[in-house]
Amino acid sequence: MEIVTRPHVQNFIEWAKDKPKVVVLSADLTNSCEIGEWSKTYPDRFFSMGLAEQNMMGFAAGLARRGFYPYIHTFAVFIYRRPFDQLAMSIAYPNLPVRFIGFLPGIMTPGGVSHQAIEDVAVLRATPNMTIIDCGDATDVETVLDVAQAVNGPVYVRMLRGEVPRLFSKDEPLVLNRARVLQMGTDITLLSSSICTEEAMRAEKALRERGVSITHLHVSTLKPFSDPQVLEAVNAARYGVITIENHTIIGGLGSAVAELMAENGIGKKLVRIGLRDTYAHGASKQYLMKEYQLDAIALVHAIEKLLGADLNITEDDLEKVHIAPVHSLAKAEAL
Amino acid sequence: MDVMVAENWVKDIENTAHRIRLRVFEHVLKNNGGYMSQACSSSEIFASLYSKIMRLGPSIAPLKPRKFQGVPSANNPNYFRGGEYNGALLPEYDQFVFSPSHYALVLYATLIEVGRLAEDALDEFNKDGSTVEMIGHEHSPGCDTTTGSLGQGISQAGGFALARKLLGETGRVWVFMSDGEFQEGQVWEAVAAMRHYHLDNVGVYVDVNGQQCDGVMADVMTTEPLAEKLEAFGARVIKVNGHDVKALVEASEYVPDGRPLFVLAYTNPTYCLDLLNERRPILHYLRFKSPEERKRYEDYYNEVKEKMLWRS
Repeated sequence: MEIVTRPHVQNFIEWAKDKPKVVVLSADLTNSCEIGEWSKTYPDRFFSMGLAEQNMMGFAAGLARRGFYPYIHTFAVFIYRRPFDQLAMSIAYPNLPVRFIGFLPGIMTPGGVSHQAIEDVAVLRATPNMTIIDCGDATDVETVLDVAQAVNGPVYVRMLRGEVPRLFSKDEPLVLNRARVLQMGTDITLLSSSICTEEAMRAEKALRERGVSITHLHVSTLKPFSDPQVLEAVNAARYGVITIENHTIIGGLGSAVAELMAENGIGKKLVRIGLRDTYAHGASKQYLMKEYQLDAIALVHAIEKLLGADLNITEDDLEKVHIAPVHSLAKAEAL
Repeated sequence: MDVMVAENWVKDIENTAHRIRLRVFEHVLKNNGGYMSQACSSSEIFASLYSKIMRLGPSIAPLKPRKFQGVPSANNPNYFRGGEYNGALLPEYDQFVFSPSHYALVLYATLIEVGRLAEDALDEFNKDGSTVEMIGHEHSPGCDTTTGSLGQGISQAGGFALARKLLGETGRVWVFMSDGEFQEGQVWEAVAAMRHYHLDNVGVYVDVNGQQCDGVMADVMTTEPLAEKLEAFGARVIKVNGHDVKALVEASEYVPDGRPLFVLAYTNPTYCLDLLNERRPILHYLRFKSPEERKRYEDYYNEVKEKMLWRS
């Protein structure tokens, strides 16, 4: 598997070259959000707003109303928790084209509960006018900007940084409201998002070898959630549907699928894998994915539950996980 | 001659202020309640802003307020902004950000008195399906942004001012705020950012009436000494008597020097309505407790109306 180092850095610089109305607002997490180079390349379009997210939302709103496209870069958690009122009233209500680039979604940071955006999708799905995109690999990261820029309204992007795997072909860009079909099968429909897609792919081979036939879709657009492929796949599942997400199971991908199934009268079992109505704590991604059962083996157990069978799959049967070293050049300078 | 001209415009603005105050009073009587003390304190500020301080183009909105046409969204082509009452935003024209939208009644009355809104527009006030909402939002006449959640206007004004600098526009951004908003932390974030980015194209008029919903600000949560705090944040601060039209206007005439301007207009929340003093310390919203009380206010209205008209 190809590992791409800091895909957002150069990509965003190139992309913004011919877009003079694209500006960046940062709240003291410039290098941590991989825009240090951007700020040096376009110093006239980069605005340091300090540790003041509420005010940053208002500034972004004012700029957006005057024809600019503010790309707010900060950690996902600081976009929707502290300044939610400002996000809702100053930006979302007037449907302004502000792009929220949120880093370290879910349990991706060892920064612990204060830094982990675990209910961001739930909060922002409930926010009218908001579009939500959840990146799953380097190709998603590299192609999300065009998608976000084309939206008439605010867009929240769950962004990946550092060493990011490339799971999807470089020439297959992210498309709004269209899932990526990774595998077609008949027994179970699996919908995954964010870093959980990589986890699900780790189990693919072992499951195939044991004769489990799975339809697997990577969902990058969490709002709107009206991709006909998703409905079709859910409808076709023989034993049931599984969702796996880097988020609480309340209000995110799993909830969106549950709503879709209920509204379409699809009476099938649904297993939602994710944080089970709990906060997490500071530890490595691998540790937390195991502790909170968001990983490939948790998926295997969910499949066993749906099939009512023991597949006899252990960690050793799964493909190796890529673990970035704790201290590496690819890592951002700070938490 | 110059003195005479000067006195005339001051008198004109004072008259406008009294008419705003009276119009709000009339409406409160008719409506059996309303935001009265806000009109008492801020009428001179609004009259000065709209008559003399702000450089606005002619209104591009219909005199008769439009009906609500839905919230802004990607799928609503009928959406419009109440800021259209303040004219088209050309590079040389000023922009107005109305922050404490509980003052909406005063703003609407001002728009009527300066000829930007129809004489009978307040008939629509707080009526179902109307844009003349009790607490104004960005479809309401004169409102350019959504600010009912207090403290959010100043940050948006900061964004406007930064945009105007980037676009090379000479027009300024004027903000009306209430002193209670300075209890919100966001406001101080905004002052710091405006100073940091040298946004001297922003001027903030603050109605320092010392009142908030729960009562006297000094009891609820002190914000004084406001001038010293703002100065410590790097702002240019001018303290004036908020009922002194000449002082209010003169405060707006400054040479930009990198600092955002804050005009602290100290006002009396019962100005010209002494009867209202009996309700202190709670002045936020005037609601008559009985027909008798309402009658007393009606009588008082007739008494002060003459006085104010005589004054004007």
